[in-house]
Amino acid sequence: MAETRIETPAAPRPSRLRRAWDSDFVWSFRHSPVAVVSFVVVMLMMLGALFAPLIAPHDPFNPATLNLMNGFTPPGQANQFTGEFFLLGTDDQGRDVFSTILYGMQISLFVGLSAVLLAMVIGVALGLMAGYLGGWTETIIMRVADVQLTFPAILVAMLIFGIAKGITPPEHRDAMAIWVLILAIGLSDWVQFARVVRGATLVEKNKEYVQAARLIGRRPFSIMLRHILPNVLNPVLVIATISLALAIIAEATLSFLGVGAPPTKPSLGTLIRIGQEFMFSGEWWILFFPAATLLALALSINLLGDWLRDALNPRLR
Amino acid sequence: MLAYIIRRVAQSVLVLLVVGLVAFAMFRFVGDPVDAMLGQERTQADIARLTAELGLDQPFPVQSWRFLEQAVQGNFGLSYRQGRPVADILVERLPATLELAFVSGLMALAGGIALGIFTAIRRRGVSANVIMTVSLIGVSLPTFLIGILLIYLFSVELGWLPSFGRGEVTRVGWWSTGFLTESGLKALILPAITLGLYQMTLIMRLVRTEMLEVLRMDYIRFARARGIREKSINFRHALKNTLVPVITITGLQLGSIIAFAIITETVFQWPGVGLLFINAIQFVDIPVMAAYLMLISVMFVGINLIVDMLYFAIDPRLRVDRTAGGH
Repeated sequence: MAETRIETPAAPRPSRLRRAWDSDFVWSFRHSPVAVVSFVVVMLMMLGALFAPLIAPHDPFNPATLNLMNGFTPPGQANQFTGEFFLLGTDDQGRDVFSTILYGMQISLFVGLSAVLLAMVIGVALGLMAGYLGGWTETIIMRVADVQLTFPAILVAMLIFGIAKGITPPEHRDAMAIWVLILAIGLSDWVQFARVVRGATLVEKNKEYVQAARLIGRRPFSIMLRHILPNVLNPVLVIATISLALAIIAEATLSFLGVGAPPTKPSLGTLIRIGQEFMFSGEWWILFFPAATLLALALSINLLGDWLRDALNPRLR
Repeated sequence: MLAYIIRRVAQSVLVLLVVGLVAFAMFRFVGDPVDAMLGQERTQADIARLTAELGLDQPFPVQSWRFLEQAVQGNFGLSYRQGRPVADILVERLPATLELAFVSGLMALAGGIALGIFTAIRRRGVSANVIMTVSLIGVSLPTFLIGILLIYLFSVELGWLPSFGRGEVTRVGWWSTGFLTESGLKALILPAITLGLYQMTLIMRLVRTEMLEVLRMDYIRFARARGIREKSINFRHALKNTLVPVITITGLQLGSIIAFAIITETVFQWPGVGLLFINAIQFVDIPVMAAYLMLISVMFVGINLIVDMLYFAIDPRLRVDRTAGGH
């Protein structure tokens, strides 16, 4: 598309960065302290998870670096036998809680992000097809969506996990658990995307630019991908953010129930499951810090999603 | 109206059939039922005998039909892990789950509607805003963390309430109830709050949104202009129209209460069907998983059907639309 630009010599065009900074979207972000704080929290956690091997003071999964004498060191105190210091204390095996949280976040975020990505790809593709093609395609896709929506996502995820666990041979179960988890949560969560994308597609497909594209003979799939998809991405982004919080909670829940990440690769949920055993004997920190991390992560993402929904909603501008 | 009901019922039956096929496919193809039931010491003759007994040598359609036939009669086979009929185990466990779901559902509904009305009417009040903020935390707080928090507070620190189990139960026929003993009631409090809190925040937020929407409508403005008292406007004019969508959503939430009971039951070691299901997944006990799937689908589909009918009965506009040629 040729762009004709009227040059005004008096006022130089602001730089690209400047324009982005002044855009409605960024303006509303800058003026929402809640959004800024939750964004910073989420970013810090993501960086912490990404660089866990560099930041973590100990490698919690290398038995050579563990010392059983360090077991049950309270947070912020030196161990009474070894004199070693642990910021958030240690668990029964002498593992540094701070390090296990960093690695746990890595798994939680990886599973959460991958599951949402999977759900998004499936949901957006099916939603576009249902909305644009209509007819039998639409009926079948939306019926399946309706039936799945009858059952809570967490239950569907549990079932898929159980079935996949039954299919994988026992010796591979622990290694496959993470991937099974992603599959289970992703497949349980695509319906939201499909419904919203279908709705938006139904609106878009009658607009002139789509009719024009059809007239010049573009194929349906290229119209869906190149023309409609960019215009229905806003609600998808909002749902993806909220789904991320839900997926992280779902992962933690499954792992907590013992049907998720294996103890050899603990996620935040697994850590909480382990920590719960020590709650009754007074070692509160093994439970408290992973739980607080999970809560902070889920809450920040939820708040960010709330803000995003308002910021991208043209009716509220 | 009648055509709509028939179509809805037919749909429900279809869904149940599909779920039944999934359940059968799980039983048949996930793991080897013969292998799982026979154990270590087995002969070729044993395997052939059990295969014939289970009908696994029949063609697939015959097998799945027989499975559905038996499932309808309540026969789901033997649990791989316990070696007892799955139906017996389910019947034994069901009262615990239903009592828990009933109490927490009631709590969620009463608390949710009351708080929703309050936060809608006092929209700008401090306490309403505090409740809204807390509810956002409540939505972000996973069910199992709420449970752990309550256990820590009321069982570990204060020592008021038990942290696990159902307490003493009395048998009334085949139904075992915890309602009649003090320890049973005490044991019910924490799990019921854990299970109901999330639904309560959902219902509260829903009631608030609906109520705010309704309060903006013209007929409320006119009622106000006519000088009708605020209390009467809120509770008589607004609330009535607020409750229509609330009933549908609440009905659907009833299903998720039963599903989320899985989590609560695990946290509190509550001996219901949810805990049974989680243990079945851990030990890949397929007949129990399949039976639970069937049981819960019947409940869900039934609830959905009733809610749809209810919606239809409550909202007269729907009836006109449908008879005028559908959508």
